[in-house]
Amino acid sequence: MGGNSEKTINVTLKVWRQRNANEKGKFENYEMKGVSTDMSFLEMFDVLNDRLITEGKDPIAFDHDCREGICGMCSMYINGQPHGPKQGVTTCQLHMRSFSDGDSIIVEPWRSAAFPVIKDLAVNRSAFDRIISAGGFISVNTGNAKDANNILIPKDAADKAFEAAACIGCGACVAACKNGSAMLFVSAKVSQLALLPQGQVEKQDRVLNMVKHMDEEGFGNCTNTGACEAECPKGISLENIARMNREYLGASFTQNK
Amino acid sequence: MATSPKLDSKIPEGVLEQKWTKYRSTMPLINPANKRNLEVIVVGSGLAGASAAATLAELGYSVKVFCFQDSPRRAHSIAAQGGINASKNYQNDGDSIYRLFYETVKGGDYRAREANVHRLSEVSGNIIDQCVAQGVPFAREYGGLLSNRSFGGTQVQRTFYAAGQTGQQLLLGAYSALQRQVGMGKVSLYTRHEMLDIVNIEGKCRGIIARNLISGKLERYFGHAVLLCTGGYGNVFFLSTNAMGSNVTAAWKAHKRGAFFGNPCYTQIHPTCIPVSGEHQSKLTLMSESLRNDGRIWVPKRKEDAEAIRAGKLSPNSLKEDDRDYYLERRYPAFGNLVPRDVASRAAKERCDAGFGVNKTGQAVYLDFSYNMKFKYGKVEATIQGIENPSEKQLEDLGRAVIKEKYGNLFDMYEQITGVNPYQNPMQIYPAVHYTMGGLWVDYNLMTTVPGLYALGEANFSDHGANRLGASALMQGLADGYFVIPYTVGVYLSGEIRTKPIPTTHEAFEKAEQEVKARIEKLFAVNGTKPVDYFHRHLGKVMWEKCGMARNAADLKSAITDIQKIREEFWKDVRVTGKADEFNPELEKAGRVADFLELGELMCIDALHRNESCGGHFREEFQTEEGEAKRDDDNFTYVAAWEMKDVSNWELHKEELKYENIKIAQRSYK
Ligand SMILES: Cc1cc2nc3c(=O)[nH]c(=O)nc-3n(C[C@H](O)[C@H](O)[C@H](O)COP(=O)(O)OP(=O)(O)OC[C@H]3O[C@@H](n4cnc5c(N)ncnc54)[C@H](O)[C@@H]3O)c2cc1C
Ligand code: SF4
Ligand code: FES
Repeated sequence: MGGNSEKTINVTLKVWRQRNANEKGKFENYEMKGVSTDMSFLEMFDVLNDRLITEGKDPIAFDHDCREGICGMCSMYINGQPHGPKQGVTTCQLHMRSFSDGDSIIVEPWRSAAFPVIKDLAVNRSAFDRIISAGGFISVNTGNAKDANNILIPKDAADKAFEAAACIGCGACVAACKNGSAMLFVSAKVSQLALLPQGQVEKQDRVLNMVKHMDEEGFGNCTNTGACEAECPKGISLENIARMNREYLGASFTQNK
Repeated sequence: MATSPKLDSKIPEGVLEQKWTKYRSTMPLINPANKRNLEVIVVGSGLAGASAAATLAELGYSVKVFCFQDSPRRAHSIAAQGGINASKNYQNDGDSIYRLFYETVKGGDYRAREANVHRLSEVSGNIIDQCVAQGVPFAREYGGLLSNRSFGGTQVQRTFYAAGQTGQQLLLGAYSALQRQVGMGKVSLYTRHEMLDIVNIEGKCRGIIARNLISGKLERYFGHAVLLCTGGYGNVFFLSTNAMGSNVTAAWKAHKRGAFFGNPCYTQIHPTCIPVSGEHQSKLTLMSESLRNDGRIWVPKRKEDAEAIRAGKLSPNSLKEDDRDYYLERRYPAFGNLVPRDVASRAAKERCDAGFGVNKTGQAVYLDFSYNMKFKYGKVEATIQGIENPSEKQLEDLGRAVIKEKYGNLFDMYEQITGVNPYQNPMQIYPAVHYTMGGLWVDYNLMTTVPGLYALGEANFSDHGANRLGASALMQGLADGYFVIPYTVGVYLSGEIRTKPIPTTHEAFEKAEQEVKARIEKLFAVNGTKPVDYFHRHLGKVMWEKCGMARNAADLKSAITDIQKIREEFWKDVRVTGKADEFNPELEKAGRVADFLELGELMCIDALHRNESCGGHFREEFQTEEGEAKRDDDNFTYVAAWEMKDVSNWELHKEELKYENIKIAQRSYK
């Protein structure tokens, strides 16, 4: 019954330690005893870090903020999967009840040329912000808007746009992809705006500029393996990539004429 | 009572409805060429910061934006779930600018400024227009129009929402507007930067000192004006629904350099959060208020039953209707489960303190959907589907589908965190710290008591008085950023067009940087034995027990001594690992907790001085016979603005609140 189901388990963590972007990293082992299964994965890291500090050692740097699966800040690669073994959740939402007593757990940072390591498990994802700056918006200055209900949007389109807009910009799709492609992330934004009437005016420039910028940032090509969709914590679907490809072709065709 | 001469609220003359329009159209203007030469620093990229920065850049100012996360899109606003209010009256159910204004003042227990709240209500509709134009995918009806729901106990449907992710969608809208300006070179973005001090020159705020969190270097930035949009300080309680990084540091540094702190003790405790599960707990998760529309709150009527449940010997499902105490429905028949947050939270505490709480800790109550699942939704569905004489099981199945459609993501989240299936068992909830109504004191222009320094969003002492209504923080953050500051900052900056950018080699910058450096060195120098979290937890416990949902003079006095002791111990025994010139999250945390340890004391001082109960501030000595909050309007209808003199030494300044349009009454939800 609620919260009374607590058990404890012992696990071994193998964590990637890297002082900074320039130094080489390596794995370190940590024995975790008596871990409550009600704990979240990150709470276990809190406990470990407090222990390391008390022992006078350097705690493990990792990114996190909201701890409820919405800010997209947490980014651990756990046992070969971004955000760990559980489908549809971020690292911060993963609980220790998803693991068993005696497990060995390997924890690494996102690995991608476009996301350089800052320290240990924290990486730099600002390439995503720059892609948005290249076109992930509707050009409307504050004060220009007309009454909201003057724009009618079929519920179906609004719902689809919302599903695409649910992307949290975590980068798991890139980390999961053997090519380090950012197609799922970019296509989610392109789709959201392409599905809405407000987004029509700029839709061609948008897709061309965003894709161009994505390539410049050093993300790899998409070879349709679908690993991104499988690992996305927000269920962003491959349909978005298909939609973006159509938008892109259409735009290149028109603009070449 | 007279307002302190140090507090000029600058509320424009004239009738309430015209104050803002008139003021706006008579403000001095700045020509575009001059705007380009005026530099504005925006600290924070949440709803308030991102909307302000984007709009100011659109107007032509040169803008710099700072945030401590790795992207502006991750500001804590992203986590807001339920919705945003606007007085559009799209549902034709009697809403109006006046009604939203009135309900906000009343909900705030008559401790907010009339003029500010009215302005907020006036611009609320424009916010929705702006967001829709940006492509924010709000929920819609089949006809393509925007959908609304009622939220937080209002009797009109004025809340706009995007499933349970309204904050995310609004922030991504503001963020995209911001990134557009970044792409155009009009905004310079400094992510993973933490502001650690403001720089005042000749009585005006002229810049900030920030630490580059990757390299650890201290950097200096000049601005003709500085906007703090740095969010709330709920994390002073350690456990709260705020993000882990949410902190008071920016506001506190400003406070120490002359910005008065308004109503620090006004804290909002949200009634529906997932209860604490153990010692390891790092934060609390909110279960959206919208759940109270369909969930009924109860505890067992008999103590024996509560004890049996706590011991795991009795299942709540087997407790008969007659043995359940739906205490909100009992105490507040008119509003029932939808009473405002402060009332609902206190009622839960009252039951748990009296020994009726469930969960192994005894600190939880049930939020139960089974009744409405069967008899509200199940019945309707049965009728729609033409099922005659449905069985209870059928009703439950039919109703469950409806509940799933409405709250599926929240139910999943609950199960993910607790490991308990909420479709089969009632949810367990308990109040948790959620929002801070207090903050930097600002005038009608949103300027603090330091000229050139502004505070927006949750960081200011705000328009919510002593209690904020649900879905009104998002509204206020965006109102401040999109529609208020772009005008009001001009009032000040029009006087600054001749001020050349001050080189950051100026001695004031030099001195401020040295002070920041010294403080960081001091943190390392302690070299004690305990991690930062140890002190933070300890502080949080004192705050929660003595300055939380219910307060009294004796507890508050002892809390003040407790906090001073923890602070002393912190500076003797904290251990901050690593170095200053590297990426060092522990150092960031240490600096923030050091500030919380000072703020906590001021919150208790403020709570102690306010000898009344109002909104989120409940003093046990001041209650009616039925246990309801008792205000003292004769003596406390003012904003308490605190000026810091020295360590543990503050001077109180009062801004009298005048109600010229609303008749003050006892708040009643009976
Ligand atoms: C779980 C949850 C749900 C909520 N749901 C709702 C809701 O449904 N409706 C509603 O109206 N309200 C809701 N609220 C309240 C609302 O979300 C917040 O009050 C609001 O978003 C605050 O916005 P802000 O822009 O003021 O600050 P924030 O969004 O907190 O942004 C603060 C910014 O300041 C930056 N910052 C802070 N300190 C520094 C520093 N020293 N240096 C540099 N940068 C700094 C941060 O990086 C961040 O960018 C909710 C709150 C919570 C916790
Ligand atoms: S598409 Fe999914 S995996 Fe990729 S950034 Fe968005 S939420 Fe993360
Ligand atoms: S910490 Fe915000 S999504 Fe995990």
